[in-house]
Amino acid sequence: MTHLLSVEGLTKAYPGVVANDGVSFSIAPGEVHALLGENGAGKSTLVKMIYGLVKPDSGAMTLNGGAYAPAEPRAARAAGVAMVFQHFSLFDALSVAENIALGMENPPRPSDLSARIREVSHTYGLPLDPDRLVGELSAGERQRVEIIRCLLQDPKLLIMDEPTSVLTPQEVAILFETLRKLSAEGTAILYISHKLEEIRTLCDAATILRGGKVVATCIPRETTAREMAELMVGATLMTPKAAGAAPGEVLLSVEGLTLGAASMFGTRLQNVSLDLRAGEILGIGGVAGNGQDELLAALSGERRAPPGAVLFRGRPVGALGPTERRRLGICSAPEERLGHAAAPDMSLTENAVLTGTVRKRLAGRGFVDWTAARRFAEEVIAAFDVRTPGPANAARSLSGGNLQKFVIGREVLQAPDVLVVNQPTWGVDAAAAAAIRQALMDLAGKGAGVIVISQDLDELMEVADRFCALNGGRLSASRPTAGLTIEEIGLMLGGAHDMEVAHAEA
Amino acid sequence: MIRLEKRPSPSRFWTATTPLLAVALTMVAGGILFALLGKDPLEALRTIFWDPLFHPQFASYSRPQLLVKAGPLILIAVGLSLGFRAGIWNIGAEGQYIMGAIVGAAAGLAFYPSGSPLIFPLMVVAGALGGWAWAMIPALLRVKFRTNEILVSLLLVYVAQNILASAAVGFLRSPEGGGFPGSRNLSQWSSSANPELITGTGMHWGVVAAFIAVIFAYVLMSKHLLGYQIRLAGQAPRAARFAGVEPGRLVVLCLSISGALAGLAGLFEVTGPAGQISIDFNSNYGFTAIIVAFLGRLHPVGILLAGLLMALTYIGGELAQFMLGLPAAAIQAFQGMLLFFLLGVDVLSNYRIRFGRRSVA
Repeated sequence: MTHLLSVEGLTKAYPGVVANDGVSFSIAPGEVHALLGENGAGKSTLVKMIYGLVKPDSGAMTLNGGAYAPAEPRAARAAGVAMVFQHFSLFDALSVAENIALGMENPPRPSDLSARIREVSHTYGLPLDPDRLVGELSAGERQRVEIIRCLLQDPKLLIMDEPTSVLTPQEVAILFETLRKLSAEGTAILYISHKLEEIRTLCDAATILRGGKVVATCIPRETTAREMAELMVGATLMTPKAAGAAPGEVLLSVEGLTLGAASMFGTRLQNVSLDLRAGEILGIGGVAGNGQDELLAALSGERRAPPGAVLFRGRPVGALGPTERRRLGICSAPEERLGHAAAPDMSLTENAVLTGTVRKRLAGRGFVDWTAARRFAEEVIAAFDVRTPGPANAARSLSGGNLQKFVIGREVLQAPDVLVVNQPTWGVDAAAAAAIRQALMDLAGKGAGVIVISQDLDELMEVADRFCALNGGRLSASRPTAGLTIEEIGLMLGGAHDMEVAHAEA
Repeated sequence: MIRLEKRPSPSRFWTATTPLLAVALTMVAGGILFALLGKDPLEALRTIFWDPLFHPQFASYSRPQLLVKAGPLILIAVGLSLGFRAGIWNIGAEGQYIMGAIVGAAAGLAFYPSGSPLIFPLMVVAGALGGWAWAMIPALLRVKFRTNEILVSLLLVYVAQNILASAAVGFLRSPEGGGFPGSRNLSQWSSSANPELITGTGMHWGVVAAFIAVIFAYVLMSKHLLGYQIRLAGQAPRAARFAGVEPGRLVVLCLSISGALAGLAGLFEVTGPAGQISIDFNSNYGFTAIIVAFLGRLHPVGILLAGLLMALTYIGGELAQFMLGLPAAAIQAFQGMLLFFLLGVDVLSNYRIRFGRRSVA
């Protein structure tokens, strides 16, 4: 079989780090090829070179037998390479068709374009109305906009970066149907993901990167997820273990909480109620943007609610601010690490003060005790294996996973009675994610109540005792995680949008 | 090709060195400017930077002027820097300075010609309150109605200037002034005078207050929780709310401090160097202090040095106009260069310059 794209000895160095070191692999037409690796393994750099965003220092690429060295994404697109990014570049206030036209060099007349969009979306089972505003679309539908934007170019190679992280299980199924169809027509797909089970069901081959080098290749169908994970990490993985404490008294309860959206395209919380008991982990699933930020803000105290809407040990705390809630024992860790959970340009010591003043006594009579603050930061760094030269380093100098370990560690070491975390392992490598989950389970094991808001359903199945779904600002009733199937969860999450059409096509 | 590369952490070395580098670059570029104007560049630079302090003939007059001019600049700039650190932009210190002077002077003159020792302290308190009250207008409008404090505080400067004019010709006009605008001379009435404390230094109570403000701000910013919250709110507003900082409270607090300090500066000026409320009493200290605050990188010690440097270029600039016949515009261009270079080389503390042929990726 001839190769569509082959990459030979690609090397790209940034100051202080070799992102790609002699990387070689190749894809045949119609092949679905997985690119696996932890954060920082060099996957993004590699695909950016293929897409013309980054220029390799050395090495060569061939596409269709000819030399291929795109100077910019436009050249890559002209050569038949398209990419769907993890973070969408869409304008909320424009319609689907307008968004797609913006990305084209010579956009056709609007009516022709809408017809083309309908045709392509129909052919590939990706239902999408070209006239809807992007701001009203779900994350899954937004991704369809990006995919259709690529498909209109009739690509020979489609690169997808973490495409399923924002999708419900049913939406994932639709996406996979589309990808299989494309593959059958001869389009090669380069698929980047952390989710090993997905790769096993979808991909024909996998290239595993670690530290910028290709460490292994495998046939995913013939390899277990655990084996692949260990190849990625280069070490034996530990599985988080629950301490198994029996749930105790109700620590935190929310009763009929309704709260306006935080931003224009945010989601309004509607009549949300929940109970959290001592010693348990309550998992709240759902695609980000369905009220997750609002719920965390209402629980952390950033957004005030009617006093009686949030109760801590039976006491109304809805009107209290974050500091008072921390004093009582409610700690939290928001999703956005840089700029919300931590101040990017401040040192780790200063970031330790951000939430630690009350419970770790880092301030007395209004004055910050910087010695104690540094000691607390060092304690977090040591206990959570945060890789950094020391607490004087700025938060932004840490990798995502390390900063996340610091943020979670900072809250866990304050020994809260209630901990609320939003997307605790988003964009974090497998080893760090396992450590964070273990810490959350240990905390619950010691009798604290933990709420984990996450869109990673595997994560919730692993750590949570009870599961409920947050969709469109409404929270479902909770169900014990044990015995819950992925289909049932999908239905709790509101299923997929326009699933019926997709089935008709499939 | 020259490329800029973001540093993982800001460089401490460059943060400390860039002001010196900026001064050096200003001297080079300023020297070229003066040479093009047909003056000896070295002599011009010496006249600006050296003669005000050490000239055998003029230094006895100009040396005290250094503290007289630097005092209000530092006092106002320290107050402004707290707000600027928090992302709260009080551009109207000039108005708060004027209102402090008017309210303080009025409070004192109400008791004229009493000899009570309490009058000066009363005027100080009234001056601070005057500046504070003027700053509370943008603060409360922003907290209650989300107005932009930049616009409101700036526009209130022009309101204050009109109040100043009406005070000088109306309610504060000296009954013994023969109908000329201007209040009684406060520096000549012993109860309200703010005299030179040590002869020949220019040191008056306003300069003392400026030094105290520098120390107070330094301790506040580096040791106190409030200073931490101010920095946090400026760098990462969402993280500040998460940490429990109330944005509205911070707005009121920062505008309170900067307004009160600007009011104090006005009061010390009107009772000392200026001597009376007059139509042209204000001399742009409130606006220049914004430059001083940034020149000092919003750091109290930096502001102390920047205030002194700024005062020096003013005094030296006047001296150069008078001695060498340099045009006033050339002096202003020179001062502009200083600010330009300082902000320009600032990039070095956060970025690293790379020379190389490789194109930008």
